[in-house]
Amino acid sequence: MIRIEGLHKRFGKLHVLKGIDLHVRPGEVVCIIGPSGSGKSTLLRCINRLEEPTEGRIYIAGRPLPPGGRELDQVRAELGMVFQRFHLFPHMTALENVMSGPVIVKGMDRAAARRLALELLAKVGLQDKADAYPAQLSGGQQQRVAIARALAMEPKAMLFDEPTSALDPELVGEVLAVMKDLAREGMTMVVVTHEMGFAREVADRVIFMDGGVIVEEGPPEVIFTSPREERTRAFLSKVLRV
Amino acid sequence: MPPDFLAQNLPLLLKGAGMTLRLAFLAFVIGLVLGTFVGLARLSPWRPLALLTTAYVEVLRGTPLMVQLLLIVFGIPQALGLQVDEFRAAVVAFGINSSAYVGEIVRAGIQSLDRGQMEAARSLGMSYAQAMRWVILPQALRRVIPPLVNEGVTLLKETSVVAMIALTDLTRSAQLVASRTYRPFPAYLTAAAIYFAMTFTFSRLAALVERRLRVE
Repeated sequence: MIRIEGLHKRFGKLHVLKGIDLHVRPGEVVCIIGPSGSGKSTLLRCINRLEEPTEGRIYIAGRPLPPGGRELDQVRAELGMVFQRFHLFPHMTALENVMSGPVIVKGMDRAAARRLALELLAKVGLQDKADAYPAQLSGGQQQRVAIARALAMEPKAMLFDEPTSALDPELVGEVLAVMKDLAREGMTMVVVTHEMGFAREVADRVIFMDGGVIVEEGPPEVIFTSPREERTRAFLSKVLRV
Repeated sequence: MPPDFLAQNLPLLLKGAGMTLRLAFLAFVIGLVLGTFVGLARLSPWRPLALLTTAYVEVLRGTPLMVQLLLIVFGIPQALGLQVDEFRAAVVAFGINSSAYVGEIVRAGIQSLDRGQMEAARSLGMSYAQAMRWVILPQALRRVIPPLVNEGVTLLKETSVVAMIALTDLTRSAQLVASRTYRPFPAYLTAAAIYFAMTFTFSRLAALVERRLRVE
């Protein structure tokens, strides 16, 4: 589904990604963990080219990721993205946010888009908030609307960039629950997260990144209980201490 | 102020105010439309366009409005052997001048938005133009209303330099009244009051629009 080969990313002199190889299979849930500054968000943002890779190749569903233009727009339409800070459109209601992709990008007629959007809002448990503006919603509700907005494009895969890091602790659960549902339905997902519990329970594969490289990867039960690498152990002992 | 002074001279002053208002209004419309494109072009990912519009803005901001007016009304028509209507030429001159300032306002309004808005729109598959049209501009518009009102008020006052090209606007009318009656004080005071009435009405109307557009 997503294949990354020899990916490097430099911001000026800063070498953020130092040769990443990664293959995400259809239906797989991959969680990327690691300390801040390890390059995990940058890696995710390279997959739909919100960041321009410095070097390396990325294939989506077997085709090379186009450099720009209409072709790139089309690939992006097939990759849902959920951001740490939601980025809902504040001048649109929850319903209009979810409708925006189908209406503007696909030219779907408004009545059909409205039905689809209401369905998706119901799926994330927010049908009664359809007419609310983002400013009237809690962080957890905003993030669920953002997930519905991404799903409205019927993506082949979903990218999550620390989707619960900006939430109050008591709101994290409702967002993770929606993500678990998605995983159960067989959605291909790449999730950058600090939620170790989620990674352990939902991921098919956990990737530990540090210093711009993939240090270790494997099934969650292996990574969390008997990691091979010292760096992985050190990181996990810090985040799992509590 | 003696009532007979007003009775005799107010019609002329109001006629001048009418010209000022028409001039400012038409120029402001040109400034808004042209300025929006200038603001967008300055942010264009295509470098030559961005550089060209940057130069456009710098030149218009860096030269006196009165010189620009004289160039457009007298200079360019003579160089090209054209006959132009002074009022129309003045509208064009003020409109172009205003577009530079509006362009900067629009650019600042767009740049004040969170980068994540553009990223969210693009990640849904919207093109740059679609993201601008449906996501960025509607939000930027709300933010730029106060500085645009400022620009409109400035523009209306600055149209008084058309007295230089012998158009009978409000300021020119006041000059005429002053010299005809030998009473500059009431003449200019009345002109000032009319200018203020126009700018104040405009800014109150704009405040109303701004409240209407605010996201709840």
